[in-house]
Amino acid sequence: MVSLLDIIGPVMVGPSSSHTAGACRLGLLARCLVGGTPETARIELHGSFARTGEGHGTDKAIVGGLMGFRPDDERLRTALGIAEREGLDYRFEKTTLDDAAHPNTTRMTISRADREAVMVGSSLGAGRILVTEIDGYPVEVTGSFHTIVLVAEDVRGSVARIATLLAEHELNIATLRLTRKQRGGDAFMVIELDEAPGEGVRDQIRNLPWVRWAFRLDKVGA
Amino acid sequence: MYKALADAIRDAEARGTTLSSVALTAESEDQGRTIEDIREVLGRALAVMRQAVDQGMVGDLHSSSGLVGGDAAKLRTGPDGPLANTLFRDVLARALAVQEVNAAMGVIVAAPTAGGAGVLPAVLTGLAAARGLPDAALVDALAAAGLIGAVIAERASLSGAEGGCQAETGAGAGMAAGAATEMLGGTPTQAGHAIALTMQGMLGLVCDPLGGLVELPCVFRNATGAAIALAGIEMALAGITFAIPVDEVIDTMGEIGRSMDVRYRETAGGGLAATPTGRRLAKERLVQIKRG
Repeated sequence: MVSLLDIIGPVMVGPSSSHTAGACRLGLLARCLVGGTPETARIELHGSFARTGEGHGTDKAIVGGLMGFRPDDERLRTALGIAEREGLDYRFEKTTLDDAAHPNTTRMTISRADREAVMVGSSLGAGRILVTEIDGYPVEVTGSFHTIVLVAEDVRGSVARIATLLAEHELNIATLRLTRKQRGGDAFMVIELDEAPGEGVRDQIRNLPWVRWAFRLDKVGA
Repeated sequence: MYKALADAIRDAEARGTTLSSVALTAESEDQGRTIEDIREVLGRALAVMRQAVDQGMVGDLHSSSGLVGGDAAKLRTGPDGPLANTLFRDVLARALAVQEVNAAMGVIVAAPTAGGAGVLPAVLTGLAAARGLPDAALVDALAAAGLIGAVIAERASLSGAEGGCQAETGAGAGMAAGAATEMLGGTPTQAGHAIALTMQGMLGLVCDPLGGLVELPCVFRNATGAAIALAGIEMALAGITFAIPVDEVIDTMGEIGRSMDVRYRETAGGGLAATPTGRRLAKERLVQIKRG
């Protein structure tokens, strides 16, 4: 359903809702995967992102997003300089992902302390985004919800245990998706929530013996 | 939200109220938010629109490519033409101002999109300045504009990549025309005609930005889009009607967009972008941006 407020908005730094605002949101989601502003970032740009990204400030928007700047933050304009001062070592590369990839797609390899993450995401237009891959697992994350992503050993009852834990914290699940690379291999869980989960919930999930890692992704949609 | 403007106009006329009012009621029911809350969000959007107009009027902004900038100020202080000292000239300047801010990575409201963000604030704030209208009237107008944009999104498209420039500045012009007609005292039915009279003039408009950048001709398309919106408003308030119903005009925009060659849908493969000068400028400026 189209909302009137989606049409009169978002408030954003120009010039392009797909190449600037959407790119910034991809950066905002990626930083959550390493728990804050990364120390290194290798940012590969595909398709239209690679061809016209510089003129649209896509590079500034992604780096700004990685530092936690939102799409309406005027610091995006000078984000590359700020990143250099703050010690975010970024590198842009042009790439060609497979033919099925959306024209505005980026693959980011980022690290912070001992954590490294690889995220593939696309900007679909009008500021909407879709993350399609995290650490090699196929996912669908829109950033329109508060999201928890986690990797767990494929043990019986894992979904039920996590659903119960979320219910105990009065968090309502909007969507839940489970993917595996192979049977009996690690499972990747994406849980979109109506309410923002606190750090306590994340820590409880992390403390489950069969959970390898878990992160909270901010709601970055309009 | 409504899927046909005919339904919104019928409801507004039957209740003796406005498109703004039925838009706010529908949004409140859909989203479970109070009308007061929705008006507050629209009020914040209005403040950003005003700020963008003011910022762009000064004339010291340039896009990173240097292709656009400083032209809003020329309309404000440059030599007179046939529209000297008119509301019309002021609205053109405001539309350029917002798009120049957008191209320079300033803050704008993407309404309906970033590339078409100049038309609506230009027409609404320009009219409000000339007529001394209060902010509450502008917030109502933004609600009506949002309703019109939502119907266009539902029936056609608001994306240049999907429907060409008619889907961005054309939609912005339709939104501005309907909202402003009502703001100036027109009936919901007259607002519908204003939208149709405006959008008929923007059908088929292609999206052909040089180098794919939201600069040229986008900045100027917002000014000419605002001009067509003013023409639509003027005709509708004079009592002129358009024989094709507004929803059918919107459907036509969608149909034309879907059958438009991909070269004309934000790919920089056709139109002005593909002219010898367009190609040369894009190449030069993209190199310049890379050198930073």
